[in-house]
Amino acid sequence: MDNIAGSKSSLTWIVHISVALLVALWLFPTVGLLVSSFRTTDQISSSGWWQSLFPTEQNVTLRTTDPDDEGVQTLVDGVYTITGNLFEEAGAEISVWGSSSRAIDAYTAGETVDLGDGETITVQANGDYVWTGTEELSGRGQRVFATAETPPEFTLDNYKRVLFSGSSTDSMAKAFFNTLTVTIPATIIPIVIAAFAAYALAWMDFPGRAILIALVVGLLVVPLQLALIPLLRLHLNIGIGKGYLGVWLAHTGFGLPLAIYLLRNYMVGLPRDIIENAKVDGATDFQIFTKIILPLSFPALASFAIFQFLWTWNDLLVAKVFLIDSTGQTTVMTNQIVELLGTRGGNWEILATAAFVSIAVPLAVFFAMQKYLVRGLLAGSVK
Amino acid sequence: MHPALQGLLTIFLGVGGCIAYFYFSNQFLDKVLFPAKGDNAGRNINRANMVRPWLFLFPAIFALGLYLAYPVFATLWYSLTDRDQGGAFVGLANYRQMFDDPKFWEAVQNNMLWLLVVPAASTAFGLLAAQLTDRIKWGSIAKSLIFMPMAISFVGASVIFKLIYDTRPVAQSQIGVLNAVWLQFDGGVGSFLILRLVPGLLMICAAAAALFVAWGMIQAARTGKGGSLATVMRAIGALILTAIGFVALSLAYGAFTKTFDYGVPQTWLTIPGWNSFFLMIVLIWIQTGFAMVILSAALRGIPEETVEAAIVDGANPFQVFFKIKMPQISGTIVVVWTTITLVVLKVFDIVFAMTNGQWETQVLANYMYDKLFRANDWGLGSASAMVIMLLVSPILIWNVYNARKEMR
Repeated sequence: MDNIAGSKSSLTWIVHISVALLVALWLFPTVGLLVSSFRTTDQISSSGWWQSLFPTEQNVTLRTTDPDDEGVQTLVDGVYTITGNLFEEAGAEISVWGSSSRAIDAYTAGETVDLGDGETITVQANGDYVWTGTEELSGRGQRVFATAETPPEFTLDNYKRVLFSGSSTDSMAKAFFNTLTVTIPATIIPIVIAAFAAYALAWMDFPGRAILIALVVGLLVVPLQLALIPLLRLHLNIGIGKGYLGVWLAHTGFGLPLAIYLLRNYMVGLPRDIIENAKVDGATDFQIFTKIILPLSFPALASFAIFQFLWTWNDLLVAKVFLIDSTGQTTVMTNQIVELLGTRGGNWEILATAAFVSIAVPLAVFFAMQKYLVRGLLAGSVK
Repeated sequence: MHPALQGLLTIFLGVGGCIAYFYFSNQFLDKVLFPAKGDNAGRNINRANMVRPWLFLFPAIFALGLYLAYPVFATLWYSLTDRDQGGAFVGLANYRQMFDDPKFWEAVQNNMLWLLVVPAASTAFGLLAAQLTDRIKWGSIAKSLIFMPMAISFVGASVIFKLIYDTRPVAQSQIGVLNAVWLQFDGGVGSFLILRLVPGLLMICAAAAALFVAWGMIQAARTGKGGSLATVMRAIGALILTAIGFVALSLAYGAFTKTFDYGVPQTWLTIPGWNSFFLMIVLIWIQTGFAMVILSAALRGIPEETVEAAIVDGANPFQVFFKIKMPQISGTIVVVWTTITLVVLKVFDIVFAMTNGQWETQVLANYMYDKLFRANDWGLGSASAMVIMLLVSPILIWNVYNARKEMR
């Protein structure tokens, strides 16, 4: 559009850079959480997550094999020799090292050092060492203080702990299934109810239709905060109490205005001819609805389903008020995370993993069905 | 019974029940109540068609009435009664008690700040992202990444940002990005540029813009075009903008004179006055994607001829954007702004998870939750819920008015 006048805009490269910056800025927080969830407690508390993507230089204390172990010492040319590698895992690289804690950077890699009493040790950059002595080596393994560059290291332990450990405070498995239990009925039921109502509001003529539509538009913005006390009281009075049934009903009620509004707007746009032809051919309203309108409205149904799914999955307030009782058996993931924030505020490996488990499903749904989400947003707010 | 089984059963019963209800009620209407045969076949068909819409609507009307309309009135009633006195009518006592509570005014003040900052920043970033991504090849990928936070729960976002704001003691290495960046500043030239000059100039620009628009409004109000209501609205708008302008100026002054603790890690969420902004960033991060998607669609809907004509006439990209595109999408901007305003008014999870209203970050929705379920004071809780309703109602009326206008 900008090169219509014949000259390519010189701003193009600025646009590319700005968009890249903007995207980086928006991704940065989530990536931080994701990376942190793959790090150990020590790693998280010793360096920022952005450093974990590159090799880090650390001061480490290492120890050679214990000379008293069976068969480690060999007699080569009259000297007792122990060889091996200081690291458990390969990949680290030693730059400088020392044999006492007072001078940890005394020698460079590859140097051979006299330890006194006829003992010497040679340490290579990759951690290979040769420890020799004129007499039989004894005592514990020789300590080596080294400054080593270690490669990025990630672990799945946090996920194992959060998903499979069964620990009552850290485990998200139960909360995950509870959330799923809340979400699926709370997504499906309002769709059914709203679809029929939307059909009536879109294609049936009756007095009061305009007022009903206005009412739905009005209820669209009523804050659900108002509904908390009266409905909780109602639920307690009629015996539903706090539980799944209550939270399903509440989500159904709160989701209906948007459902009716979206579906009605979509159904109104369907071609009138199809419906009139069907009527002429003798179809009843019920048949028209189930055989024609419902299949044609699939995009709108999908849009609303995604909205309602994201909203019920991510909800905290409704679950806290209508579902979670004092036993805590019915906790959902959002609530579990808030509790973890209180009890394990400093344990980022648990928090990050728990949070990522809870946002993984919505993210998957988001990327898989983004088209319908965007369509729903546009239908829901632009007029 | 296992909850998952119960869930399956509920889906089955709920969906099956709904469909059965619709099917059998229609059958009943057509076959038993007003059969389309016999002497009165014609009249019966007409009657059945008059009743049928209500069969289709009944479950929805029932659920909407019970779960949304009734609570509005019930909450109003509870806000006028006292639970401890067995639900006796106490007039405005709850409201009086609330107005005497400094925490309430703190919540109102913070909510106003949220209402100003979050919709403005989200819309501005959204517009920027929409305008920039529309012009490049990989724009749709960029859009989908900026849009992504929409799928993340407020609680998840709170955890994400708590990690960013995390603080460690001086001696340890910082694991929160914000503190790691903060410790790079040492009071030298770079610090002066980034911490004083840039924000100071930005604030001065904002103040100038606000005062300029206010001046325009005063001029328009003096000519009195558009009737007395428009004049009053313009005067109020000018007043608010002037206030914003002066606040921005004082912030600019603060940016140049404040003494910073260089080299000391800050606990960001406990700094009164600033911590609210750190919470707002979370919501801005989430809502920008929404604004971008809607505004990008609006930008694409602009007829190309108008843009072409402007370019042929020699307009530069900035003029095209501000003078040609902006006026054409102003309606959409209003819609985006009001939608985000609604989200802001109900914001609860972020404050609840990150600070729980401590350190002067209270907002109305969290204040209400506090009163309801911690202090167990239903009267006061209902009263604060009514305040939220009151703040929402202008948007409610505006929406209904627009919907009715469109129907005609």
